[in-house]
Amino acid sequence: MNKYLHDFPLLCEKDEKGRRLAYLDNAATTQKPQSVLDAVMEYYQKSNANPHRGIYDLSMKATNVMESSRERIRSFIGAEKTDEIIFTKSATESLNLVAQSYGMSVLHPGDRIVLAVSEHHSNLVPWQIVAKAREAELVYLYTDKLARIIPEEIEEKINERTKIVAVAQASNVTGVINPVERIIERAHQVGAVVVVDGTQSVPHMAVNVSSMNADFFAFSAHKMLGPMGFGVLYGKEELLREMPPFLYGGDMIEYVEEQASTYAPLPEKFEGGTQNVGGAVGLSAAMDYLDKAGMENVRAGEKELTSYLMDQLHSVPHLRILGPDDPQERIGVVSFVMEDAHPHDIATILNADGIAVRSGHHCAQPFLCRLGVTATCRASLYLYNTEEDIDRLAKSLKNVRRWLNVGVR
Amino acid sequence: MELGDIYTEVVTEYSRSQKHRHPLEHPDVKVRGVNPSCGDDISLELKVKDGNIENAAILGSGCAISQASASIMADLIEGKSTAEAKHLAELFLGMIRKTVTDEKELEELEDAVALKNISNMPARVKCAVLSWHTLEEALDKLKDAEESH
Ligand SMILES: Cc1ncc(COP(=O)(O)O)c(C=O)c1O
Ligand SMILES: [Zn+2]
Repeated sequence: MNKYLHDFPLLCEKDEKGRRLAYLDNAATTQKPQSVLDAVMEYYQKSNANPHRGIYDLSMKATNVMESSRERIRSFIGAEKTDEIIFTKSATESLNLVAQSYGMSVLHPGDRIVLAVSEHHSNLVPWQIVAKAREAELVYLYTDKLARIIPEEIEEKINERTKIVAVAQASNVTGVINPVERIIERAHQVGAVVVVDGTQSVPHMAVNVSSMNADFFAFSAHKMLGPMGFGVLYGKEELLREMPPFLYGGDMIEYVEEQASTYAPLPEKFEGGTQNVGGAVGLSAAMDYLDKAGMENVRAGEKELTSYLMDQLHSVPHLRILGPDDPQERIGVVSFVMEDAHPHDIATILNADGIAVRSGHHCAQPFLCRLGVTATCRASLYLYNTEEDIDRLAKSLKNVRRWLNVGVR
Repeated sequence: MELGDIYTEVVTEYSRSQKHRHPLEHPDVKVRGVNPSCGDDISLELKVKDGNIENAAILGSGCAISQASASIMADLIEGKSTAEAKHLAELFLGMIRKTVTDEKELEELEDAVALKNISNMPARVKCAVLSWHTLEEALDKLKDAEESH
């Protein structure tokens, strides 16, 4: 019995056939433990008011809750200063903030933005927009047969003209862990700034943005046991301080006159409008949960389960895994394709067996194109998954081609 | 919803049928249809003479449901007038939306009736209707071209 499973009410539910859901779509969003649900409810029951706005005690209480959440988040990712933690609604918003505020201000015609070809659309499209507007060049780090960034690409593509490098620490398609430290070192050699998309890494491994030396780091609460609608942007203070605001409005100003305004200091400068305090509380509680489990243990457990998943998938005829087998090189996000079976049909057939996986392009079309596929099936693990979930997956996968009437005669 | 109601022999056979998978020479109309969320991506080509569909080709790729639906459609509309094809498209979409439920009325759809159960599977409806929407678009395009002559 998995020791975390009983903390997740949704995963303990049984369907009409008496089965638990084998939830294997954790790269899309994760389930929430009772402690996170309780923390959010308790905030709304006992501390809810608009932070920063009232003199009354309850508003102070809400402000305190918000700021202690910020501190909790800082310590979880190892940032040096609390002011370096900006609240957003999602990783997508965090990345757009960097692209619009930082990218737009520093880029000049002919400058270079370097992205990994494996980036999620949310760390790709914002850079296309900025590149176009500033007449900058968009250059990609390409991947090898096992979907890993080719090491030589890093030295070759990140050159003197490069101002920004944007790369995910772990791929949401293949689960490959990218060599961000190396990329950061190279980028800093040429004076470029690195935006790390940590959406798939923070939930699954111990991350320290300071020792990594990331300039910006983005992630979403909902992929790490927290609520939807809350995200974080970490940025080095000296960079954030020089950047213009992203959203203008209440809470982010200092003085407003009819014709001009001055802006609040960090982090409020980037937090226009009432913030999602309940979301911040939920993420803090999620981080408490993960810390209690221990991120080293989470990673170790997932490595073991990933090995098991790889073995089981390899036992399915006509199935091909994209990316490396070695769990050292990847997280538990595994994309695969099956001969003569479209991912969409596979997902429907698994669904009938109470198994949730994702099919499609996973918001990474240029990457899928590079991998030579139009869609994949993706199974992704988290700490509450069990060998039984994986056994059910493998068993159901073995029936797929029969359902589709292929290879039977 | 049972899988057997969807992946019937009719559907799986048609999904792999190669009959209409050859590009036409000089098609009168060619329209692409895409389901961005799942990657179904087809092209419909029609050869039309005197208001009759002489040949229909379906190219591209996608899931079994989208491919079966497209093959069945191509079979069905070949030899029919554009007006009849338009009517069949309306009928098919009506069947999937459950606005047309009369079995007698649906008989005109012949093998396409095999896709009726998709209406109980919201996640896959767009796969089933892709080729038919593409057909509607192609017919509109033909009409526009005619009118501008
Ligand atoms: C690597 C990666 N980056 C960014 C995102 C965007 O996250 P969100 O939709 O929460 O903004 C995702 C989510 O799918 C992701 O996997
Ligand atoms: Zn489809």
